[in-house]
Amino acid sequence: MGYDLNMKVWRGDATGGELVPYTVPVEEGEVVLDALHRIQATQSGDLAVRWNCKAGKCGSCSAEINGKPRLTCMTRLSTFERGETVTVTPMRTFPIIRDLVTDVSYNFKVAETIPAFAPEKRRDDGTYRMQQEDVERGQEFRKCIECFLCQDVCHVIRDHEENKQAFSGPRFFLRYAELEMHPLDTNDHRKLAQERAGIGLCNITKCCTEVCPEGIKITDNAIIPVKERVVDRSFDPVTWLGRKIFRRDQLPESQTPTLPQD
Amino acid sequence: MTDPSSIERHTFDVVVVGAGGAGLRAAIAAHDAGAKVALVCKSLLGKAHTVMAEGGIAAAMGNVWSEDNWKVHFRDTMRGGKMLNHWRMAQLHAQEAPERVHELEEWGALFDRTPDGLISQRDFGGHRYARLAHVGDRTGLELIRTLQQRAVALGISVFMECTITKLFSDGERVSGAFGYWRESGRFIVFEAPSVVLATGGIGKSYKVTSNSWEYTGDGHALALAAGADLVNMEFVQFHPTGMVWPPSVKGILVTESVRGDGGVLRNSEGRRFMFDYIPEFFKAETADTEEEADRWYNDKTNNRRPPELLPRDEVARAINAEVKAGRGTPHGGVYLDIASRHPAEYIKRRLPSMYHQFKELADVDITAEPMEVGPTCHYVMGGVAVDPDTGESDVPGLYAAGEVAGGMHGSNRLGGNSLSDLLVFGRRAGLNAAYAAARKRERASVSDDDVRAAAEHALAPFSSTGDENPYSVQHDLQEVMHSLVGIIRTAEEMQQALDKLTELRKRTARMSVEGHRQYNPGWHLALDLHNMLLVSECIARAALERTESRGGHTRDDYPATDDTWGTINLLCRLDGDSVNVRQVPLPSMPDELRALFDEK
Ligand SMILES: Cc1cc2nc3c(=O)[nH]c(=O)nc-3n(C[C@H](O)[C@H](O)[C@H](O)COP(=O)(O)OP(=O)(O)OC[C@H]3O[C@@H](n4cnc5c(N)ncnc54)[C@H](O)[C@@H]3O)c2cc1C
Ligand code: SF4
Ligand code: SF4
Ligand code: FES
Repeated sequence: MGYDLNMKVWRGDATGGELVPYTVPVEEGEVVLDALHRIQATQSGDLAVRWNCKAGKCGSCSAEINGKPRLTCMTRLSTFERGETVTVTPMRTFPIIRDLVTDVSYNFKVAETIPAFAPEKRRDDGTYRMQQEDVERGQEFRKCIECFLCQDVCHVIRDHEENKQAFSGPRFFLRYAELEMHPLDTNDHRKLAQERAGIGLCNITKCCTEVCPEGIKITDNAIIPVKERVVDRSFDPVTWLGRKIFRRDQLPESQTPTLPQD
Repeated sequence: MTDPSSIERHTFDVVVVGAGGAGLRAAIAAHDAGAKVALVCKSLLGKAHTVMAEGGIAAAMGNVWSEDNWKVHFRDTMRGGKMLNHWRMAQLHAQEAPERVHELEEWGALFDRTPDGLISQRDFGGHRYARLAHVGDRTGLELIRTLQQRAVALGISVFMECTITKLFSDGERVSGAFGYWRESGRFIVFEAPSVVLATGGIGKSYKVTSNSWEYTGDGHALALAAGADLVNMEFVQFHPTGMVWPPSVKGILVTESVRGDGGVLRNSEGRRFMFDYIPEFFKAETADTEEEADRWYNDKTNNRRPPELLPRDEVARAINAEVKAGRGTPHGGVYLDIASRHPAEYIKRRLPSMYHQFKELADVDITAEPMEVGPTCHYVMGGVAVDPDTGESDVPGLYAAGEVAGGMHGSNRLGGNSLSDLLVFGRRAGLNAAYAAARKRERASVSDDDVRAAAEHALAPFSSTGDENPYSVQHDLQEVMHSLVGIIRTAEEMQQALDKLTELRKRTARMSVEGHRQYNPGWHLALDLHNMLLVSECIARAALERTESRGGHTRDDYPATDDTWGTINLLCRLDGDSVNVRQVPLPSMPDELRALFDEK
């Protein structure tokens, strides 16, 4: 059973824009991205949106729906009241390119500053051995689809452009946590996490965890443990090695990695 | 704006078009071989189709079944492709896949483990042993992220949201590529002696598909325009299990891992109908009772594989037939049931993203009720004809790897064999593209006239005053391919399709787009449509020519598999504006490999 949905979609570019009202026929079971695509196909062929998988797997279609950071492909229209107007605006933390498309290059620049994975050597038979329990912590962080909704919602950068220089944001705290907890990685990332990624600026509001469409417990499982390790660092390097989980054989020399760009 | 001197220019040794698994692996290999590499993609980095792959990477590592080795994998791959695969590609693929997987681990990938700490491997259709290295059901994400992070760490230059629309040639070999930035609509020219195509597939020309907007066959069309051949274009894979309801998600993939992990197919009468569709070719290796099939999951030595795990073409045809016979579900699919076969915890752990996908998009709890599924256009076996060892096409300097390349999978691809294909042949193409660039002394150069012509072509939709909307042309094209060149084909319908494609092509000449060049999807689609139409024509012409049924090509008017066709490849080439199809003999495999098929 179809019906007419009232929408407001932000349209414009870096110089400015406005909310444009649309009335779109929609069908049962559809998501916000379907409605946007129908606007594109029948009313405004040049409406700019990003998408790829339409199944919550690629993290392309992020926007703010009635003010909440969400994936448009995973937001069912049935979650709104009939008659409610659905307002879609671009992610606020990033500069606008056009309509719902923002310039997310900040994230890709931060990614370049993350040290490369530095594994132990393989065993003589060419394999690595790790237990399922050992990999599961890292696997949680590697579920990240890089939708950047956590970056969008984080107040440290949401309204403070100037903080982007010194703050990597929750998505990349995940990367530090992942490398720190990776059973094979040999680097000590705590200095970087503090000095370069600015993890100290995070005051654990957990807004990032709330918006993560992958349900990653960013604050509890990644940020807080890394913060704890950063605090420990000045006292005792052995604690850090001990905390690098499940390292049974030789403990490799730990070192702060050289930065890709410095 | 079409003045060549005003256009951004770059010089590289190797330009890789596409940043999925194949493109990333190629770029890394070319970089490691000392080349200066550009990596270009239509979407943001990390969003290519590869990110959506679910089930796993096929590699005969023998971690779960020590009986497994490359010869068994090779044999499975050839049989799955109904022996039409290029034997040399299938051989290299089976031999090199394990090392490519280990390499990913060395670059940070965290695969699921076996009890003794090795990379775990899961069952999939057509594979004799549990062989797919995986991370839950998000293996593609792990693969692309690992390669992406590696490429970034190596400092490879990435041009994202940049679409290539033309390849240049200096008469002898490839000399570069032309494209536009999606963000600004501005043009960009690359000068390079080697270009690697890694653009993926063509599925967006079909109505029901698991593929995204990117899959418009750009690489296939670029290669044709550059003078290369496409091989096996009649073979399009319809994955047996796509979502069928609600309508907005129709076609979205339900991973084969559901069946690999024990899920079964039933019709509306509750019957496990796959037992009624076991073809002669696979009888000897397929269970014929439910009891044997169920025992197989734990004892592969003494039992044969369940028919739900036959190659995809067989399962897709069977589902199609059940629905046609009136034994389908309310929404026109069949039931895929894992709920009654495993506890909820197991399902959530093994198939987390399927659980999430059905819960969020269809209000279905797959741990408690069956899913409704039906065939969806998924993968194109056909692609650029390349040299198996180097990945080079007939056009010197032009390489192809991944889904855009042809030959590896014959008439039907086995699940899991794509991700491994990307790694094995991505690496080979990247290395060889770099070596070739190093051998070439003079710089590649691109003439101003060529640049101007490419720019004018790209801007044409803006100056047109016609009344056609690209979105409606695309919609009609999808309808034509779906209903006339779909899963079951006849000569009459394909002839009709060709006529309609001609009409659609005329309509594209009248397409106009609104707005300006900045991030304008209407304009982008107008340009992509040329590629979609060209590739669709190749599919229809090759499919019309092949008067037999085999793998991903089923003819209602020629239902049998015909041995004389078993030694023939169809090649498509562009001749002026029209597509020519010609028959060439299949490369024949050496005796020692042939002997593998006589063994049981
Ligand atoms: C839902 C789903 C699940 C799958 N699951 C599995 C699985 O479990 N196992 C398996 O083996 N296979 C699986 N497959 C198949 C496999 O994922 C794909 O075949 C494979 O990822 C293709 O990789 P690729 O590198 O060739 O291309 P892609 O990953 O598709 O990358 C293509 C790249 O080319 C770029 N591009 C295209 N055109 C242009 C242009 N004109 N200019 C610039 N750039 C361009 C795109 O932006 C993109 O970066 C699955 C496929 C789907 C859709
Ligand atoms: S918990 Fe920290 S990183 Fe997350 S949103 Fe709050 S301040 Fe930002
Ligand atoms: S951590 Fe979650 S919210 Fe942040 S980018 Fe990754 S998937 Fe998105
Ligand atoms: S389109 Fe991929 S997450 Fe929404």
